[in-house]
Amino acid sequence: MEDTLNDLGDYIAGRAGRSVISWDVTLGELSIVTTRDSLSSLMKLIRDDSNCLLKVLVDVTATDYPEREERFEIVYNLLSLSHNHRVRVKVATDEKTPVPSIVPLFSAAGWFEREVWDMFGVFFTDHPDLRRMLTDYGFEGHPLRKDFPLTGYVEVRYDEEQKRVVYEPVKLTQDFRSFDFMSPWEGAEYILPGDEKSKKDPAEKAS
Amino acid sequence: MAETEIKNLTMNFGPQHPAAHGVLRLVVEMDGEIVERCDPHIGLLHRGTEKLIEHKTYLQAVPYFDRLDYVSPMCQEHTFALAVEKLAGITVPMRGQYIRVLFSEITRVLNHILNISAFALDVGAMTPLLWGFEEREKLMEFYERVSGARLHSAYFRPGGVHRDLPDGLISDISKFCETFPAIIDDIESLLTENRIFRQRTVDVGTVSKEEALDWGFSGPMLRGSGVPWDLRKAQPYDVYNDMDFDIPVGKNGDCFDRYLVRVEEMRQSLRIMKQCADKMPDGPVRTTDNKIAPPRRGEMKQSMESLIHHFKLYTEGYRVPAGETYTAVEAPKGEFGVYLVADGTNKPYRCKIRAPGFAFLQATDYLSKGHMLADMVAIVGSMDIVFGEIDR
Repeated sequence: MEDTLNDLGDYIAGRAGRSVISWDVTLGELSIVTTRDSLSSLMKLIRDDSNCLLKVLVDVTATDYPEREERFEIVYNLLSLSHNHRVRVKVATDEKTPVPSIVPLFSAAGWFEREVWDMFGVFFTDHPDLRRMLTDYGFEGHPLRKDFPLTGYVEVRYDEEQKRVVYEPVKLTQDFRSFDFMSPWEGAEYILPGDEKSKKDPAEKAS
Repeated sequence: MAETEIKNLTMNFGPQHPAAHGVLRLVVEMDGEIVERCDPHIGLLHRGTEKLIEHKTYLQAVPYFDRLDYVSPMCQEHTFALAVEKLAGITVPMRGQYIRVLFSEITRVLNHILNISAFALDVGAMTPLLWGFEEREKLMEFYERVSGARLHSAYFRPGGVHRDLPDGLISDISKFCETFPAIIDDIESLLTENRIFRQRTVDVGTVSKEEALDWGFSGPMLRGSGVPWDLRKAQPYDVYNDMDFDIPVGKNGDCFDRYLVRVEEMRQSLRIMKQCADKMPDGPVRTTDNKIAPPRRGEMKQSMESLIHHFKLYTEGYRVPAGETYTAVEAPKGEFGVYLVADGTNKPYRCKIRAPGFAFLQATDYLSKGHMLADMVAIVGSMDIVFGEIDR
């Protein structure tokens, strides 16, 4: 399995030329990194090439890495029924740069891209209908970004006086607790209370 | 003769409608009785599961999978368990794998009973629902006996299953496998040859092979169109490659074929259940690696080490090495996948849930265009959609 995927990765990289930035096989899964500009041509190639035939677009999603320069990684999972293999295509982007839509190639991409737009705020050019997908009508923000808080910003309740549902800023009766599980003797990145004393330089201690 | 201008009617269907299968809202543009355009509005059951999972340990994420597609909970736990096992390199003992396959198939029957009977109800037949639910209750009793809960079982966990089967369960499941085919025959006698049922389903919502692939269909929606594709055969997981079963395939890709595929799948599931019950090996049901699976209650009373393991596993959890995987299983509805990104901590960095129903519902507009409003209900019914998994 690993060998055939290595051959396939080699083959796609050879056919696609410079549009493949890198590829690797880990845990028995082939993933290819490409650029925004060559995404559509690569997708078309691996869909129609007789050695790939990745006819089914299984999933489109994204991962947010805020520390990277291009923080979003859009991930396309493809499946070939005739060859029985899966390929993952990745492309990086940031908040402002749009990614070409692949709806002309795969009808299934429509809603998956809408969901990525909704959840991460990545814009897809030439998408036929890029509305929000899962969030509320009139929702603001993109919830799956790492800088979006788990509790969100607004909460809703039914108001008995106004006889309608009202939106209010989130009020937490208890602060949101986020535990970190780094153990102090395994390289925690923070200083335990009291530990700062031991780090002070002797000159300061004297004064 | 005076010309009258006819304007298309925009109609709102759902979200509170029995045929909407939950909270589907369809904005339908109609020309008389004919559907011109249909725009599904989803997200009314959105709970932010993926975001929540990012803030939970791997073990705490398991119960969220029950609550996605709440008529086939265990198959979804299975996906997550397989994904974590792949990243962490855990092997599951044989008995654990057999139990998982056995319960995956129970889940499949559970799901198909609901779908077939609810679909029949959508097109006007009431009795299958009443008969089917009695059988579902028996299956949910098996769920309860093994995990303590009828629906949200949290039974399949990374590393195996939570507990061993209680005494007598295997023989009761075998007994069920003997009696259930008669119930399938009964339900079939009400539907398969029924004139009204056929009028409502044959040649409604036809999907060709190419269209099914283009729209990312899987499961009975794909097999109904004549594509013999089943992940249990094509990319077997756990002990599915030791099982002997057939994959039913439809011919025309219409609602009726999808119904027939599901009926036959129930029979095949019973075959797998029988094989599992016969071949069930002895041994542990989950990995013996104490860094992943918690110790037995009894051990904890005696051994300090077990107590520490228990404490660490239920507070901090285990760490999964950095990596990413897309793991999919053949859930009753179709390909259910999890794209899991681990960053080496005790929480998933990203967990994307790929629900089969999401892809089906997307094609509603395409499939129901030009059909009658009532046919659209049949199409939605035959897709087997559940909003827990679509809205996540």
